[in-house]
Amino acid sequence: MTSGATTVQTRSIGARAVAIAIGGDVTSSSEPVLMAAYEAANADGASVIVLDFSEMAYMNSGGIGLLVTLLVRVQRNGQRLMAIGLTEHYQQILSLTRLDEAIGIHATEADALAAAGVR
Amino acid sequence: MTALDPTPAPTPATSRDSEANWSKPVDRLTLGAVPSEAINLNVTGKRLSGPVQGFGQLWQKTYAVRLTGTTVTPAEVMSVWKREFASFWPAGARFYAPFTEIAPGEVGLINQDVPGRQVLSTGVLVIYADDVSFTFMTPQGHVFAALITFSAEPDGDATAAHVSVLLRASDPFFEALLMLGGHGKENQHWRGTLTNLAARFGVAGQPTVTATCIDRKRQWQYASNIRDNAAIRSGLHRMVHPRLWLGRSGGA
Repeated sequence: MTSGATTVQTRSIGARAVAIAIGGDVTSSSEPVLMAAYEAANADGASVIVLDFSEMAYMNSGGIGLLVTLLVRVQRNGQRLMAIGLTEHYQQILSLTRLDEAIGIHATEADALAAAGVR
Repeated sequence: MTALDPTPAPTPATSRDSEANWSKPVDRLTLGAVPSEAINLNVTGKRLSGPVQGFGQLWQKTYAVRLTGTTVTPAEVMSVWKREFASFWPAGARFYAPFTEIAPGEVGLINQDVPGRQVLSTGVLVIYADDVSFTFMTPQGHVFAALITFSAEPDGDATAAHVSVLLRASDPFFEALLMLGGHGKENQHWRGTLTNLAARFGVAGQPTVTATCIDRKRQWQYASNIRDNAAIRSGLHRMVHPRLWLGRSGGA
């Protein structure tokens, strides 16, 4: 039984699109680092934010709450929020919480960019 | 590529079996047997409705009480809270749980007294539970489209218990009620709950409240949620069941 810190890495993945790769645990404690990553993406003029959960170890309900607040900020700025790299289990959790109605879930980065109409 | 400083690792106290901690997928809620005195409306057949689907402004509220002077651990607090959840609710609100302990996937029924000798019937689904927290999500028609997390964590030399609510009013009717004193009633409910929880551990607790409006915008595309409004439907149910006028209740 271990707990991991949240790590994030941001990178440009196309015209006005930024990926935020999230590793470790996503909980309410992840807010400062995730919001800082989002602010960096926002400062770069991103219109599409792709959250990459490929390296995520664990997410609790605080993490879901954090995604809700991130979604509000993204929508307020007229941007779109997408998710890739979710296991089937976490896809089910986004479906359970009906976050999938506002966050586009895709298998790959290319799929997410295509859905967003970004090349 | 930019790497940001990681967050510090959280306290290693929780069970990390995600499959066990999260509810299985639920399309429509199903409520088990509840006592005959309970009014069972607005739960079975309803979908979940979270902050994304709500109408009103988005609020983050946190209620906290410190269990000063005790040696009880966060896990011990949560174990008691899960087993005796209903007993901590203040007068006027009743939680009927057709299960022995809060656990992922369980559905609970809420009967809340409201002015005019009415009873608002609604419910919640336990979407998540681990050793130190559990979370409810509300169904369509509930006052709030919300995530409500109950947790305990170390606070200096003691343990603090928290209720964290991320909510939008479900529809314009409930949004108006919230603005006309509903937030105060909500605060009173959770402060009362934490006071009773603290008393269970022998502490005369003084809960604190912090509230932040995260999104002032109202989501007008969800104004039609009012068709599921639990208060209106509970009132209509009472009108067509005259025996309830005498203070008796029944299932539906």
